[in-house]
Amino acid sequence: MSEFIQQLINGLALGSILALIALGYTMVYGILRFINFAHGDIFMLGAFAGFYLAPKVATVLPTPSIGSGLAVMGISMAICAGLGIVIERLAYRPLRSRPKLTVLITAIGVSLFLEYTGQFVFGAAPKKFPEIIPVYPIMKLGGLSVTSNQIIVLAVTLILLLALRFIVLKTKIGMAMRALAFNPEAAALMGINTDVVISFTFGLGSALAAAAGILFAVNYPAIDPLMGILPGLKAFVAAVLGGIGNLPGAALGGVIIGVTETLVAGYISSTYRDAIAFGILILILLIKPSGLLGKKEIEKV
Amino acid sequence: MNIRHAKTFLLGAIALSFLVSLGANHINSYWLFIAYDIGINIILAVSLNLINGYTGQFSLGHAGFMAVGAYTAAVITNQFGEMNTFASGAVFLSALFAGGLLAAVAGLLVGIPTLRLRGDYLAIVTLGFGEIIRVIFQNMEKVGGARGLSVIHDWTNFFWAFGFAAVTVYVVTSLVHSTYGRGFIAVRDDEVAASAMGINPTKYKVTAFVIGAFFAGIAGGLYAHSKQFITPGGFNFMQSIAIVVMVILGGMGNTIGVIIAAVLLTLLPEFLRPVAEYRMIIYSLLLIILMLTRPQGLFSLRKSPAK
Amino acid sequence: MQTFQAIMKIWRGQFLAAAVIALFLTGCNKPSSAPGVGGDTIKVGEFASMTGSEATFGQSSHKGTALAIDDLNAAGGVLGKKFELLMEDDQSQAGQPATVVRKLISRDGVVAILGEVASSRSLEAAPICQQNKIPMISPSSTNPKVTEAGDYIFRVCFIDPFQGTVMANFALHTLHLKNVAVLTDVKSDYSLGLAKFFKEGFIAGGGKIIAEQNYSGGDKDFNAQLTSLKSSKPDGIFVPGYYTEAGLIALQAKQLGINVPLFGGDGWESSSLVPIGGAALEGDYFSTHYSPEDTSPAVQDFVKKFKAKYKETPDAMAALGYDSAMILAAAMKSAGTTDGAKVRDALAAVKDFSGVTGKITMDANRNASKPAVILTIKNGEFKYVETISP
Repeated sequence: MSEFIQQLINGLALGSILALIALGYTMVYGILRFINFAHGDIFMLGAFAGFYLAPKVATVLPTPSIGSGLAVMGISMAICAGLGIVIERLAYRPLRSRPKLTVLITAIGVSLFLEYTGQFVFGAAPKKFPEIIPVYPIMKLGGLSVTSNQIIVLAVTLILLLALRFIVLKTKIGMAMRALAFNPEAAALMGINTDVVISFTFGLGSALAAAAGILFAVNYPAIDPLMGILPGLKAFVAAVLGGIGNLPGAALGGVIIGVTETLVAGYISSTYRDAIAFGILILILLIKPSGLLGKKEIEKV
Repeated sequence: MNIRHAKTFLLGAIALSFLVSLGANHINSYWLFIAYDIGINIILAVSLNLINGYTGQFSLGHAGFMAVGAYTAAVITNQFGEMNTFASGAVFLSALFAGGLLAAVAGLLVGIPTLRLRGDYLAIVTLGFGEIIRVIFQNMEKVGGARGLSVIHDWTNFFWAFGFAAVTVYVVTSLVHSTYGRGFIAVRDDEVAASAMGINPTKYKVTAFVIGAFFAGIAGGLYAHSKQFITPGGFNFMQSIAIVVMVILGGMGNTIGVIIAAVLLTLLPEFLRPVAEYRMIIYSLLLIILMLTRPQGLFSLRKSPAK
Repeated sequence: MQTFQAIMKIWRGQFLAAAVIALFLTGCNKPSSAPGVGGDTIKVGEFASMTGSEATFGQSSHKGTALAIDDLNAAGGVLGKKFELLMEDDQSQAGQPATVVRKLISRDGVVAILGEVASSRSLEAAPICQQNKIPMISPSSTNPKVTEAGDYIFRVCFIDPFQGTVMANFALHTLHLKNVAVLTDVKSDYSLGLAKFFKEGFIAGGGKIIAEQNYSGGDKDFNAQLTSLKSSKPDGIFVPGYYTEAGLIALQAKQLGINVPLFGGDGWESSSLVPIGGAALEGDYFSTHYSPEDTSPAVQDFVKKFKAKYKETPDAMAALGYDSAMILAAAMKSAGTTDGAKVRDALAAVKDFSGVTGKITMDANRNASKPAVILTIKNGEFKYVETISP
C-alpha cells in the first residue's frame, strides 16, 4: 500500500510540471487553434535561462534560498515571455490567415531551430542545474518519502494555476482572451485589439513553460537542449486529454498523464513508458475527442 | 504529368534504371548510394503526397510504416543465404512486397482514426502511432530491439530503387487522375461537398493511408537492404518530419514538385557537410522561411488551397 | 473492396511487366574504389555524432581523437607524413553512418576509419569498411557484433561480455551481494548488452536478479522504476547506463530512501557524474579503463593536454577516442605503410600497447583485451578500488 501511495506522489510531482506546460498549449490553442510545437523548447529555454541566471542572482541574493529561487524563476519567466512574444510576432503572426498545417510546419521548424541552436550555443552535453532552492531534509512518513522539492513543485503549480485563473476570469485582458477564444471576429468588432491579446497569451503561456522548466530542473538537475521534446509532447497530450482550450482540463490532464505513466511504469512495464502518453491520446481522441472537460465553453481561453 | 504518357513513363523509367544499374560499377560508390537514397526518398515523398497532398490528411507517421516494411523485408531475406541473381531477385521482390503489405495493414489501422479526426489532431495522432510502432520494435527482442538488426544482403541497387520510384509515381499519378481517384482531391478540397456528391470520404481517406503506407513499406525494405543495418531509432519522428518537408517543399499535391524536392533535400545535406555543425540550424531556418514566403511549396504554380 | 479493385485495375499488366524485368535483374554491385594516400598527408576518416540526440558522446570522443592527431603531428607524424583528420558528423541518425563512411572512403580516399561511439552506428559502417578493405577502429562500441563484421574491424574498448562479467564478479565477490536489481536503458545498445552479460554472469555465480526495470536514455524521472525496485528490497542496483542518467538515478534513489550501493560500467565515467548526482553517489562503484589517480605519465600527460585544449576533464569516451587514433598510428608505424591490408595485420598484432586506457592487446577477435579498473566515489572524487584482468 505504501508503495502505491509513493507512486501516486511520484506521479503527482511529475504531473504538475506537465500541467504547467499543458496550460501554455491549451491557451494558445484556445485562441489561435493551432499546436505550438515549439512550446516544449520554451520549457527548455526556461531551464537554461535559470542555469545562466543563477550565478548572477547569487551575487545579489544569498543562494540557495527561497528568495534566490523566486528571483531566478521570475526573471526566467519574464525572459521566456518576451521570447514567446517575439516568436509569435516573427513566425506565427504572418501566417495567421493561412491553413493551420502551414502554421504547424512552421512551429515544427521553430522547434527544430531552438533545439539545434541550443545544442550549438549551450553545448550538447547535459549541464548540472545549480541549487537555487534549499533542499530540506526529506520527510519520511511511514516508509513514504516526500522531498522538499516535490512540495515546492506542487505549491508553485497550485499558486500559478490560481494566478492564471484570476487573470483569465477577473481581469480585463483575461476577458478579452475569453472573448477572442469564443469568437475572434466578434471580439475584433467589439474593439478588442487581437494582436495585443494574442501576444499576451503567448507571453503568459511561455512564462508558465519557463516556470515548469525551472521546477523540472530543480527536481531533475541535469539539463540539455533536447530536454523539452518529450515533456512537450506529453504536455500536449495532457492538454488534449483535459479538453484543449480548457484551463482546469489541462491541469487535470497533466496530473492524469503523470500519475498513469508512473503507475504503468511501476507496476506493469516501464519499457513502454513513452508509448503510454500516445496510447492515452489515441484512446481519448477515439472515445471523446473533446477531452474530459471539453464541454465547458465558458472557461475556454 | 499527362496521364496518357504515364505508361510510357513507367516503362521508360524502369528500363533506364535497369540500364544504369548495369553500369553501376563505374559510379563512385558514395554517389551511387546517395542515388539509392534519392530513389527511396522519392518513393517516401510521393507516397506521403497521396495522403497529405492529394487527400489532405496530414500524416506525421510515415517513418513508422517505413519501419514495418524495413523490418519485415529484412527478417525475410535474412533467412536466405547467397544465391543466384534470379533467386535473389525473386526473394527480394517478395520480401519487399511482404513489407509493403504489412505496412499497408498498419496503414489501415492508422487510417481508422482518420474517420473522426482532422487537421493538426490527426497530425499528432499519426505522430503518436509512428512513435508507438518505433517503441514496439525497440522492445522486440527477436529483431534485436534497440540493438538493431543486421541485414545480410545488399540487394538494393539502382534498378530496384528507381524502378520502385517509377512504380510509385505511376500508381499515385494514375490513381489521382482516374475517375475514381478524383475523389481524393474532392475529399481534400471540401469533405462535406464531396460526400454530398456521393463520394465516401472515409473510404478515400483509408485508401490513401493504405496505399501510402504500402509504398512507405517498400521504401523501408529498400532502405534496409541499402544500409544493411536497421535500428528502431532510425525510424523516429525526425525521419517522418524529413519526409513531410519534402512534400511541403515540393508543393502538396504536386507530384513533379515533390520528386524535385526529394532529390534536392537528399542532396542538400551532402553539400552542407562542410558546415555540418550549422546544418540543422540552416535546415530549420529554411523551413520557417519557406513557410512564411511560399507555403504552397517551391515548385507549385498554384496558390495554396485556401481554407 | 472497390478500392483495391481500382488499384488492381491500374496495376494490371503494367506491374507484371515491371516484375518480369525485375526477375532478370542482377543482384548487387560491388563498389569499385581503390583508396590511395593523397599528397603528403595521411588521411584518416572519423565519423561521430556531433549533433543530434547523442551529440554529447560524439563530441567527447571526437575531442580525444582530434587531440591524438594533434599530438601525433606535433611529434612529426608517422612515415614522414602528417595526419589529416577528416571528420564527418552523422547527426546521431541511423542511415547517416553508411553514407558518410562511403564518402570518406570513396571520395576522400582515407586510409583508415575511426568511429563510432554507438554500436548501432558502427555496425552500419563496419560492412562498408570491410568491403573496401579499410581498417576501422571503433573507440567505444561495446557490442561484440561490431568486430564480427569482418577482419578489418577493431575496437579499443571493452566488450559487453567482459565488462558485464567483471561487474558480476565484483558484485558477487567484493561487494558480497546476493539479490541485485537491474535498471537498464532500453534505448541504448550499450546498456542492454552490459545488462545482459551482467545478469548471465551474476546468475552463473550464484546470485539472484530479483527485479528488473527499464528507462529510455534522456529520461529524467526514475521515481516510478526506483519505487518499484525498492519494494523488492535488493542489496544493490546495477545501472548500466550513461552518467547523466546514472547521476539522476542515484539522486532519486537516495531521496526515496534506497541506501544500497549502485554500480555501473564505463558509461558512468565523466566529470559531469558527480556534479549531477552529488552526495547521493557516495559509496557507488563503476568499472572503467583507468584511474585518474594513475600516476603513469601517459595518463597524466593526456589529462593535462586535454584540459589545456578543451578546458574540461576528459571522460572515458574522450580517452578511448584518443587511444583509437594512437593505436592506428602505432600500427602504421610498425607496418611501415598505410596500405589497408598491412595496417590491418599490424593492428591484429598489437600487443601491450600503452594507451591512456590501459595496456591494450588485440585478441583473436580484434577486440582490445585490457584490464578493467573499479572505482568508487568518495568525498565527491573517484577512488581506486581494484583492477580486474581479463
